[in-house]
Amino acid sequence: MSEYTVKDKVAIVGVGETKYYKRGQAPVSEFRLACEAIIKAADDAGIDVRDIDGISGYADDRNDASRLATALGLKQLAYAGMVWGGGGGGGSGAVGNAAAALVAGYAKYVVVFRALAQGQFGRFGQAPVSQYVSGNGAYTAPYGLYVPAQWVALRTRRFMHDHGINREPLAAVALADYYHAQFNPRAVMYGHPLTREQYDKSRWIVEPFHLYDCCMENDGSAALILTTADRARDAKKKPAYIMAAAQGSGYRHVAAAENAHDYSSSNFKTLAPRLFQMAGITPKDVDCAQMYEHFSGAVMISLVEHGFCKPEEIMEFVTFENITAPKGKLPINTSGGNIAECYMHGLELVNEAVRQVRGDSTCQVPDAKIALVASGPMVSPVSDLIVHSM
Amino acid sequence: MAAEKKYYLPEGLPAPRAQRNGLDKEFWDATRRHELVVQRCNGCGAFQWGPEAICHKCHSFDLGWRKVSGRGRLYSWIRSWNPVHPALREACPYIVAVVQLPDADNVRMVGNLLGDPNQNPPFDTEVEAVFEDHPDATLVQWKVTGR
Repeated sequence: MSEYTVKDKVAIVGVGETKYYKRGQAPVSEFRLACEAIIKAADDAGIDVRDIDGISGYADDRNDASRLATALGLKQLAYAGMVWGGGGGGGSGAVGNAAAALVAGYAKYVVVFRALAQGQFGRFGQAPVSQYVSGNGAYTAPYGLYVPAQWVALRTRRFMHDHGINREPLAAVALADYYHAQFNPRAVMYGHPLTREQYDKSRWIVEPFHLYDCCMENDGSAALILTTADRARDAKKKPAYIMAAAQGSGYRHVAAAENAHDYSSSNFKTLAPRLFQMAGITPKDVDCAQMYEHFSGAVMISLVEHGFCKPEEIMEFVTFENITAPKGKLPINTSGGNIAECYMHGLELVNEAVRQVRGDSTCQVPDAKIALVASGPMVSPVSDLIVHSM
Repeated sequence: MAAEKKYYLPEGLPAPRAQRNGLDKEFWDATRRHELVVQRCNGCGAFQWGPEAICHKCHSFDLGWRKVSGRGRLYSWIRSWNPVHPALREACPYIVAVVQLPDADNVRMVGNLLGDPNQNPPFDTEVEAVFEDHPDATLVQWKVTGR
């Protein structure tokens, strides 16, 4: 049994990111951003970037692994892999793939990266303009149902109806993200605190989401380096060992036209038990969690499906006090996350989990040993990761 | 005011077009006749939506279509305020509804909820299909009939 696991066999030894920009403000190309983030992660790990021999991506990244290997002069490419799916659901999954590649002996140093310049390519929050639509889009687009904010809102509203939840937990997530970002100079919203009044007065995007319930649209890149546990011992900084990784989806979760079998699920129900089993811990052992928040409302559902609280406990559990560092019961999104640090499709959340267990977060949870990352609620596949320090 | 509107949403959104592989031709042909049909397996009788090349229950490739009543329940809905498409610039807010069809294994369909965009219909209320004819295709909209 224990043979078939990545637990403690692999570690994240370096993290890096470019400066994070508002959409359209990156002065250089998306590809160059990717190169910069990878070089920074290699520097953080204390390795020569040319020693990277594996590249792991997700979200249909436009920056091809072979082009990157060529541009960076990698001596060889021994592993190149990608998680299916076009959004942030693969962030932890790309780390899991990298870990699997290392345990299998395919490669020695694998980089996971995401580069995104929404100003140079399409925006996730805007529909493409065309005269006709065919396929699954034909059942939704003619009715003005186009973007993630809308379908996440539809599912969140049903969940709120079923469990008697008001907007307080949503506000708590948005305000916690902004609060944490005020400590993080990397954050796009650093120096831009958010008050409850501003939150309440902000315009509707789609009910129940106000502007500040939604992730930003950004340009930038993030990367991290994984290697085997024996090599990790030589790393410049304290390694963040992989305790568990999982990816997947529940039954028919992406059936077209809002026909997900378990409609308002965050889609973590089948993964979370596997994740905790591999880690050999329970939700109570987690010191902080980085919960992907494309939209604030999805976070409470993800928390439930990871066993942090029950649906009937959400109103009591998901409060600003409970989810903020350093004193909260379960600090979440301690870098500011997708809402206030940078929408790097959640890879910034993985980097933050690493920083927490290394002890060098800008919003450090005291003595944090175990950090969980939940990537991409409500899409398929979604993915999970637990890292810890030893 | 509202009666003057030709369509629930302004023109300029993409018109639905049947897939080239024929997978949903019957559906769009039926809406043209103001009939609502759902894909149904000729092998085991299971409904599925959106249509697929194979039955997800019994794996039969022999799939047909079944006309349904057009009565459903409002499973979820949103009021959308942000113009996510240039054609929607003057059309916000508008309501998008997800409707369950009890006479088709509770498959869900998406449409707009006709009437006042500021209405607050209860979840699970009864709704009925309304066919909205456009030059290139007929859309399926919904109106509340329950209390």
